[in-house]
Amino acid sequence: MSALKIAVPRGALFTETLDVLEGAGIDTAELRGGSRSLIFETSGVTLVTVRPSDVPTYVEAGAADLGITGKDVLLEQSDRVVYELLDLGFGRCRMVLAARTGNDRLAEAQRRLGTMRIATKYRRIAERYFESTGRQVELVEVKGSVELAPLVGLADGIVDLVATGRTLEENELEVREEIVECTARFVANRVSHKLRAAAIDDLTAKLREASRG
Amino acid sequence: MIHPIPPGTRDVLPDEMRELRRLKQALLEVFEARGYGEVATPAIEYDEVMARGDGRAARSSYRFFDEGGELLALRSDMTVPIARLVASRYADSEPPHRLCYLANAYRAVRPQSGQLREVEQAGVELIGAPAAEGTVEVIEVLEAALDAAGLGRAVIGLGDADLYRQLLEELGVEGEARDAVLASLAAHDLVGLEEKLSDAGIGAERVETCVALTQLRGGSEVLERARGLGGEAVGRAIARLGETFEELERRGAADRVQIDLGLLRDLGYYSGAILEVYDPAVGYVLGGGGRYDGLMKRFGLDLSAAGFGLYLQRIHTAQLQEQGRDPS
Repeated sequence: MSALKIAVPRGALFTETLDVLEGAGIDTAELRGGSRSLIFETSGVTLVTVRPSDVPTYVEAGAADLGITGKDVLLEQSDRVVYELLDLGFGRCRMVLAARTGNDRLAEAQRRLGTMRIATKYRRIAERYFESTGRQVELVEVKGSVELAPLVGLADGIVDLVATGRTLEENELEVREEIVECTARFVANRVSHKLRAAAIDDLTAKLREASRG
Repeated sequence: MIHPIPPGTRDVLPDEMRELRRLKQALLEVFEARGYGEVATPAIEYDEVMARGDGRAARSSYRFFDEGGELLALRSDMTVPIARLVASRYADSEPPHRLCYLANAYRAVRPQSGQLREVEQAGVELIGAPAAEGTVEVIEVLEAALDAAGLGRAVIGLGDADLYRQLLEELGVEGEARDAVLASLAAHDLVGLEEKLSDAGIGAERVETCVALTQLRGGSEVLERARGLGGEAVGRAIARLGETFEELERRGAADRVQIDLGLLRDLGYYSGAILEVYDPAVGYVLGGGGRYDGLMKRFGLDLSAAGFGLYLQRIHTAQLQEQGRDPS
């Protein structure tokens, strides 16, 4: 049997992902060294580092047996078939609807125009949320710096991920509604989950321990 | 000059066609040798026929009116048309009926995903043979088909379609709470499953039991472990699975079958045993099937039934991967 391949998210979840893997007995020193490599063989597993939003892609295709990524990514790509095995608890943040502090443009658009213009990187989460709350919106998809959109009049509000709330505050934005809370999740390819059952169950148990420790 | 074709469809050129033809021939020979006669049905059915088979999941994505105003549908699978065919053409003959097919089915796709709208399937239907005998026969044909395709390492998952419906009933989880739990199960979302079960108020211990149940997969030892988790619904599912597995063992056909209590199929007509096919060389499911004892009755013929379908293009991909693999 070949080594289990695990997709590790670079970016905000990177350090805590390495910590929890370390806690499950996987040596991650090499990844912490700022290496430019993307593939690491360590402690009997293969770690591949990818963008968090690419984790479901690799895992669904079986290019990685397992992966760690945020619930926000899984919700946004809910059509990707992966097994969600474990809530790892770290990387906690909230998906929120936010608008300019002390400004009622959002409510006014809703009241007078019957619709709101919402900028977001999370089109599907936003779509589902407004649909499930029975409101019409016009979604404006942007790739970065969503906070800018309401400040320059591109949108009335934003749907975005908030960890500490500092970025919102610095841009004079405030949370209006909380949509969902997100943490890091441990996911598996559906075929690997069946065919590498023992190895995956063992690692899942160790990660559960490590994430609660 | 490029003349586009709809996304999710494709042309097949001679090199691929030659290999596909060989694969199909090999599968047909297996089916025919075991007494399964090939049938063809129209790609277009009355929508009412497809909906009668499965009002929910397999409902055709492509429906249109004919010149007389009748609602037609492109078939979304082959099991329902064959159920219709058997009910119409074999109502007076002695079961069991053994039929096989090589045919296209039509599914909706998500854009840019590489999913196919037009999916070619090879499969068999065994109609009028009850569990466990019928299930075992179908699994044996499936094993022979995988061998003929050169997929010696492929594994067949064997689960039970009624387990969770019956278990939730036993636990008194109903209505919206039940649907929420089943949705988490169908999405393979264990975190959500735990949450939804907790919300249903069945107590922490039972939540843990249910979640643990979905993770049980392996040989016959799985049945013992499941029995330890208790409950009547679990007991019944284990009895059904155990009977099938013992018969497989008796016939020496159990080696590549993995019992899997987490298995779910997304088609509404399944009941009892369900099957899924995997190969270690590819990350997606190659096919599936199971029992659909209630389906024939919807067409007015009360016969138990089982079958499987394999996605030909995926089998072909797996073949290629297996051939290119280091024999280490």
